[in-house]
Amino acid sequence: MTEVSYYPGCSLHGTAREYDESIRGVADLLHIGLHELEDWTCCGASSAHCTSEELAIELAARNLAIAEKSNRELLVPCVACYSRFKAVEMELKEGSRKIRFPYQGNVPIRYSLDFFCNGTILEEVKKKRTKPLSGLKVVCYYGCLTVRPPKVTGIKEYENPQHMDHLMECLGAEPIPWSYKTDCCGASLVMTRTDIVRRLGQRILSMAKEAEADCLVTGCPMCQANLDTRQEELEKEAGERYDLPILYFTELMGLALGHKDVRKWLGRHITDPMKVLKGKGLM
Amino acid sequence: MEPTQNSFLSEVVQASGEKLQACYQCQKCSAGCPVAYAMDILPNQVIRHIQYDHRERVLSSKTIWICASCYTCSVRCPNNIDIAKIMDTLRNIAIRSGVKPGEKDIPLFHSVFLDAIKSKGRIHELSLILQFKTKTRDFLKDAALGWKMYRKGKIKLFPSKFGGGKEIQEIFNSFEKREAK
Repeated sequence: MTEVSYYPGCSLHGTAREYDESIRGVADLLHIGLHELEDWTCCGASSAHCTSEELAIELAARNLAIAEKSNRELLVPCVACYSRFKAVEMELKEGSRKIRFPYQGNVPIRYSLDFFCNGTILEEVKKKRTKPLSGLKVVCYYGCLTVRPPKVTGIKEYENPQHMDHLMECLGAEPIPWSYKTDCCGASLVMTRTDIVRRLGQRILSMAKEAEADCLVTGCPMCQANLDTRQEELEKEAGERYDLPILYFTELMGLALGHKDVRKWLGRHITDPMKVLKGKGLM
Repeated sequence: MEPTQNSFLSEVVQASGEKLQACYQCQKCSAGCPVAYAMDILPNQVIRHIQYDHRERVLSSKTIWICASCYTCSVRCPNNIDIAKIMDTLRNIAIRSGVKPGEKDIPLFHSVFLDAIKSKGRIHELSLILQFKTKTRDFLKDAALGWKMYRKGKIKLFPSKFGGGKEIQEIFNSFEKREAK
C-alpha cells in the first residue's frame, strides 16, 4: 500500500467537494493511503503572489514544513496550490532566502493528475477497470498551471500535453484532439472581471462542442467551477447551447473502477452529467 | 547592458530576477495573451515602458491587474523572459508604492482574500464572497447562482475550526511591518 500526505486546499472543502470525495474514493480502490496534512493553512493562492513575494513564500512554506515531518510524498489536487508550492520550492532551492519555517526542500510535491498518470497506477487502473467508458468522447482540458510554466511543472509537452488523454484511454474513453487544451479560462478574475471570464469560457465550451465532445475533463477546481456553474449564463449571452458536463478526471476514474459513490459526486454538478452518461449506458 | 542604478528598470530587474533588457519587441507575448484585448497597454509595451523608466504609466495601468497569470507569454518568449513573473513584481511594487490602481476591484479582491487568510488561516468561500460584496456593494450579482450551488451542496455555510492561527498571525505581522517601511 502506498501512503501519501494530502493537502486538499480550501476549494476542496467547498465548491470542489466532489473532487475531494472522488480522489479519496479512487485512492481507496487503488490502495493508496491519504493522510490529510495536519493543521494545514491556505497556500495564499493568487492573491498572495500578486501582493508580496515574501508573503506568498511564507504562506506556502508553512505547509511544506508540516509535510516534511513525514517521509511521504505530498499529493496536491488543486493546481493553484500545486503551482505555488512548486514555485516556492524552486525559489528556496535557488536563493539564500531565509524563512521562518524549518523547510529543507525535501518534500516530493505531486499534482494529482501527474500522480495518477504514473505508469504503475495506470496498469493497476486497467486491471481493476470494471466498467470501461466505451463510446464516451472526452476533451481533456489541462488549463494553465497544470503544464505552465514548464520550469515549475516539469511538463515537456506544455503546448500539447497528452498525459490526461492517455489516462482517459486507459479508462476506455475516447479522447478527442482539440486546440484549446491549455487555454486559460480566466478563473482568477471570476469575482472581479466576470465579463472577461465569460468570454474565455465561451470560447472553450464552443470549441469543445465543435470537437463533438460528450464532456470536458479537468483536474483544476477553478476551471471546473468556472465552466460548470456559469454555463447557463454563458449560453444565454452567446445564444449557443453547450450542455456540456465538466467532470473531474477522478470522477471518471471512479466510474470506470465501479466506485459506489459516483452518483453522489456527479449529483453536485450544476450542468447535469447524468443524461450523457445514461445515453452511453454508463449509469 | 546593465540598467542605470536607481532606475525603475533596475528595480524591476532586481525584484523579478528577469533580464528584461533582452526584449527585442517581437510581440509574441501579446499575440498569445488571452486577455490582451482587455488591457490598456500590451505586455510587450509594458516591457518597453519599463525600459524607458515610465514608472507611473506602468504601475497605474489596467494591464498589470488584468493579467490572469496563465504563463502563455512566459513560455513563448524567445528570450526566456518570464513576463508573467514580471507582472507579479509590478503588482507587488504598485501595492507598496500606493499608486492608484488602473483596475479597482481586482486589487480590492486580493486584499479581502488576504484578510480572510489572516483571520481564519483558510479560505471559507462564502465568507470571502460576502466580505467582497460588502466592499463592492454588488449583492445581486451571482445571487441566483449562489442559491443553485447551495442546493447542490457546494456551499459550506460555516468555516471549519483548526489551529495554525499563531503562525499565520506572525507571517502577516512581519508582512505588514515590511509594507509600512
